[in-house]
Amino acid sequence: MFSTYKNPVYEYIKSPDQSADKAVHHPVIVVGAGPVGMGAAMDLGQYGNDVLVLDDNNTVSVGSRAICFSKRALEIFDRLGCAEPMIDKGVTWNVGKIFFRDELVTQFDLLPEAGHKMPAFINLQQYYLEEYMVDRLNQLETIETRWKNKVITVEQDDDIVSLTIDTPDGKYDLSCDWLIVADGANSDVRAMMGLESTGKVFKDRFLIADIVMKAGFPPERWFNFDPSYHRGQSTLLHRQSDDVWRLDFQLGWDKDPEEEKKPENIIPRVKAMMGDDVDFELEWASVYTFQCRRMQRFRQGRVLFTGDAAHQVSPFGARGANSGLQDTDNLIWKLKLVMQQKAPQQLLDTYCDEREFAADENIMNSTRSTDFITPKSAVSKYFRDATLELSKRFDFARKLTNSGRLSDTAVLLDSTLNTPDEDSFEGDMVPGTVMSDAPVVNQNAKQWLLNSLGNHFTCLIFVNSVDDLSLSELEAIDTLQREEIQLVPLIVVTEQALTTIDDIQILAETDGVSKQRFDALPGTTYLIRPDQHVCARWRSLDADKVRQSLLRATANL
Amino acid sequence: MDLNTDSNFHHPHKKVFRAYRAGDDFYEALIEMHQGLSDEDSQRVNARLILLLANQIGDLSVLQQTMDAARKDL
Repeated sequence: MFSTYKNPVYEYIKSPDQSADKAVHHPVIVVGAGPVGMGAAMDLGQYGNDVLVLDDNNTVSVGSRAICFSKRALEIFDRLGCAEPMIDKGVTWNVGKIFFRDELVTQFDLLPEAGHKMPAFINLQQYYLEEYMVDRLNQLETIETRWKNKVITVEQDDDIVSLTIDTPDGKYDLSCDWLIVADGANSDVRAMMGLESTGKVFKDRFLIADIVMKAGFPPERWFNFDPSYHRGQSTLLHRQSDDVWRLDFQLGWDKDPEEEKKPENIIPRVKAMMGDDVDFELEWASVYTFQCRRMQRFRQGRVLFTGDAAHQVSPFGARGANSGLQDTDNLIWKLKLVMQQKAPQQLLDTYCDEREFAADENIMNSTRSTDFITPKSAVSKYFRDATLELSKRFDFARKLTNSGRLSDTAVLLDSTLNTPDEDSFEGDMVPGTVMSDAPVVNQNAKQWLLNSLGNHFTCLIFVNSVDDLSLSELEAIDTLQREEIQLVPLIVVTEQALTTIDDIQILAETDGVSKQRFDALPGTTYLIRPDQHVCARWRSLDADKVRQSLLRATANL
Repeated sequence: MDLNTDSNFHHPHKKVFRAYRAGDDFYEALIEMHQGLSDEDSQRVNARLILLLANQIGDLSVLQQTMDAARKDL
């Protein structure tokens, strides 16, 4: 197996910390060098914060595992400086097709509009994604990664977290101010702390088979309900890079996972699905069951749980790794402000509030998909099949057909960090939502709006032309730049050619896209968080209001 | 009036941000309604539900179209 990929081996290097007389202290330690842990480390490291990453293994993911990465995850990777190799290597796709008893019943396009830098989804084997992330980690001098370092004890008091680490050279102690836990669904740290992730176990088994084949299928997601070659169950076909194809077979609860994993049992299933004459090689296989569950509270004092360690979903919808990256996107700017003593620790509790809400939404959506795909009673199977039958004829039934609601972002409408609207707006850019990307022009060069934001709060101001800015607006822009919490103005002009103001980035609209997406009448001002969420907006710029909202968005009010 | 076969599920006083959300909310409630019922009781509940929905629609021409659409191909 694995004809297309060889796992790299990262060297275990003995650290001077291991010979120290007492525990060496680090500001932040991350447990787990998977996509989520590495995302957290990069977000700290690339903005100058020292961070130590511990991983109990010395390689990337064994097997392709998570393969679908969403637009939002890619936008986060882009901010962290590692999206490019992922997009180059990955298979970009937007279209999903759904078949019922071998007949195409509906299809969807996940990104029906242009004007976003990132595609709706790419498919990329998790090992490639992690390898590119390790490459990025190694570029950053602020990040130290220790392979073959396994956390075996965790204790904390009000001021410090103490750890014991096991290595090939024996045990040693470490301490830190903050511990970020990203050690996956079966989190050892969670268990060591006596904490639980609770929810629902689904009584079904699925077989994943990755095969290598040269086939003329388009890069689309094909989901089959009750196909003739696999009666009463479902299958999925999805392309990855290197001509590797992911096949997913629903097996039912009574099947023996060890038997099903044997090539002699997999190959007939593949042939039944792909046809007898298709030339393929089996690359990797796994039989899985799944759970939908989460921890009660993602923050435990100075220990912060992220990704699958904090919450777990069924695989339908690609809401696992994609939501884990949104966790760290949400957490790290808050942690930095707390570490700089510019915000109280309560700001970290809003990480819990916001991401627990998102986890509940992800669990809800993936549970609904699972219930549709594997009906639990006779009546629910009647409704499921009726929906699929009607979807051949009627739009409403197509929309009800649920083969996985693919990862999207939670709209944090009720977040305490938002300032409620006092003016009226059209469209979806409400406080609590991730702001939309849009094409813009920066001094004759094409650029993307999301790439124009830095890792700080942004005051996004739309005007017809720079000449329209009044003296008081210019003064407001000037004073806002002197806030203790970094706030950077960004002006988007909708009509006039570019004029410059010292030290301020001025972008020009392209084809009215941002104007439309942000309902941007002249004067419209948005306050954007470092994680690119809208937290306040007004129809005109008022420095006092922006300042108040900035304090609210950092739990300083 | 023609039968509306476009997606029409919505919350009366709540904005949702994903096109699938209101339909999925309905579908979950529909399956939940049957939770713990025997197959026979589920049939009874479905019959009651159809009658209630039919009365809510009221318009006989629309109802005839729904019945024709439901019966088709059988």
